[in-house]
Amino acid sequence: MSELVKNVTAALTARFDGCTVSEFRGEARVRVPRHHLLPVLQFLQQEQGFDLLVDITCVDYLVYRDATDRFGLVYLLCHTESSQRVTIRVTLNEPDLHVPSATPLWEAANWLEREVYDMFGIEFTGHPDLRRILLPPEFAAFPLRKDYPLQGRGERHNFVPLARDAS
Amino acid sequence: MATASQQDYLWTLNFGPQHPATHTTLRILLTLDGERVVDAVPDIGYLHSGFEKIGEHLDYNQYVTVTDRMNYISPMANNVAWHHAVEKLLGIELTPRCQYLRVIIAELARISDHLLCVGAMGLDVGAFTFFLYGFYERERIYDIFEALCGARFTNSYTRVGGVMHDITPGTVEKIRDFLARFPATLEDMERLLTRNRIFVDRTQGVGVLTREEAINRGASGPVARASGVTRDLRKDEPYLAYRDFDFQVCCSRAGDCYARYLVRIHEMRESLRIVHQALENLPAGPVNVGIDRRVNLPDKSRVYQTIEGTITHFELVMSNRGFTVPCEEAYGAVEAPNGELGFYVVGDGSNVAYRARCRPPSFVHFALFPHLIRGHTLSDVVAVLGSLNIIAAELDR
Repeated sequence: MSELVKNVTAALTARFDGCTVSEFRGEARVRVPRHHLLPVLQFLQQEQGFDLLVDITCVDYLVYRDATDRFGLVYLLCHTESSQRVTIRVTLNEPDLHVPSATPLWEAANWLEREVYDMFGIEFTGHPDLRRILLPPEFAAFPLRKDYPLQGRGERHNFVPLARDAS
Repeated sequence: MATASQQDYLWTLNFGPQHPATHTTLRILLTLDGERVVDAVPDIGYLHSGFEKIGEHLDYNQYVTVTDRMNYISPMANNVAWHHAVEKLLGIELTPRCQYLRVIIAELARISDHLLCVGAMGLDVGAFTFFLYGFYERERIYDIFEALCGARFTNSYTRVGGVMHDITPGTVEKIRDFLARFPATLEDMERLLTRNRIFVDRTQGVGVLTREEAINRGASGPVARASGVTRDLRKDEPYLAYRDFDFQVCCSRAGDCYARYLVRIHEMRESLRIVHQALENLPAGPVNVGIDRRVNLPDKSRVYQTIEGTITHFELVMSNRGFTVPCEEAYGAVEAPNGELGFYVVGDGSNVAYRARCRPPSFVHFALFPHLIRGHTLSDVVAVLGSLNIIAAELDR
C-alpha cells in the first residue's frame, strides 16, 4: 500500500464508522457499510481525487467457504494523477438487494450497473435507466448467481418464438 | 421542450444488427431529424455467450481459450491480460524471458488491433485501399503467431506462470523481418490518409470527447489518450517488463475521431520500438517459472527422469489436486490495444476461478456512443463507431 492510499484509507475510517481496511498483493480494499456507500464514493471522488471509476462488479458468495453474506458488490476506483487504486466493497443480503446508484457521480456507472442488475438482480436506486442490457427483457432469471446452472436453463430452445407482428 | 418521441417529423432508423459498418453484431436505434442524429439508443447483447459463467467452470489454464474469443482482433493481448490477473492472485513472479516474450506478443497484438481499427475506420469512410494495406500487414503478424504457437487466430499462447512454447530462432527472424518492413508500409498508409482531405473533413471535429468527460465516463486507452488523458498502464503501473523499455505515450488534445486515428497510428510506431528493444535484449534462461511453484507442467524429460518432475506432473493433472490458490480476490489490468482490460478473479482454493469478471474496454466505450453522436449526421455514425473500435464479442461476452 502506498503512502497516498494509506492516508486515504485512514481518512476514510476516521470519517465513516464501520469501514474495515484489508490488503492483498499491495492493493487496498475497504469494506463499507451499505448506508455509507454513496458518501464514501463521493468523498473519494471529490475530496481525495479518485476520479476514475474503473469497474463495478458483483460476486455471489452463495457457496463460498466461510462466507456470511450473499452478495459482494465491488467498486474499483483509480486516482488517475498518481495511478493508485482502491477497491470498495459492500455486502448485500436477500431480500433487500438495493444500493444507491453511483450514476450521479460517474456517468461510467450507467452501463456497469445495468450489467450487474442484469446478471445478479441487484437494484440500483436512482439509476436513470435500469433495464437489462445483455439479456433480452423477457429473461426471467439472473444467470451469474451461483444457484443458476451452467447448462439447461435459459437456452434458445426454451424461448417462445416471437411472431413478426408481436415483436 | 418536446421530447424526441413527441415530434412526429422525426424518424427512426435501425442501424444493425446486421450492417456492414457495425462489423460485428450490434444494433443502434437512431432517431433522426432529416440527416441529423437526435438520439441514439444502443441495443447490445446479440453475442452474449456467458463467458463469465464459463469462467467459473474452466480452470485457470483452460479459460485462456475463452479469452481468445473476447477481443478476437488481438487475442494475444487478452491471453496476457487473463494470466496477468491470475498470476497476481497466485502471487507468481514470471521469469525475465517470459516477461519479455509476453511484451513482444502483446505489442504485436496491439499493432494488429490498431491496423484493423484504423483500416476499418478508413473503409467505413470510403478509403478501401488503406484497409487492404492494413489487412496485408495483419496477415504477416498472423504468420508470426502461427510460427510461435501453431494457431493464427485463437492463439491461447500463455499459461499460468509461463507460455506454451519458448520462441524459436525462426520466429525471431520472422519478427525481425516484420520490424524491418512494416515502417515503410506504415509510411504509405499515413501518406494515403493522414492528410487526405476527404478523410480529415469527415473525422475532424466529429464525436468530440473532452478530457473531463473522458474521465467521468471511464474511457481508457487510445480513446482517453486522444482526449488528453495522459494515462497508459504500461507507464503508470508498469507490469511485465515495460519498465525496461524506452517508449512514449501518444496523446492528443482534440478528442475527435481524427485524434483517435492519429493516436493509434503513432502507438503502432511506439509498439515497433518496444518490440525491437525486447527482441534484441531477450534474456536467456527458462521461460516458465520453476518446478517448485507447481503451476507449469514440466517437460517430459524431467517427468521421466526426476522424481520432482513426476510429482509435479501428477499434482497438476490429478483432478483433486492442481494449483494452490488463496481464498482471495485480485484485480489485474493491462493496457490492451483498446484500453484497460482487466480481470477480477476470485479464488476459492480450487483450480477453477470462483468468479472471473472481465472489465471490457469496448463495453465502457460503447456507452459513450450516444453522447458522441448526438447532433452529428447519419454518415458520421460509422466514423465514430470505427474510431471507438467496438468489438461486439468483447462488448457482450
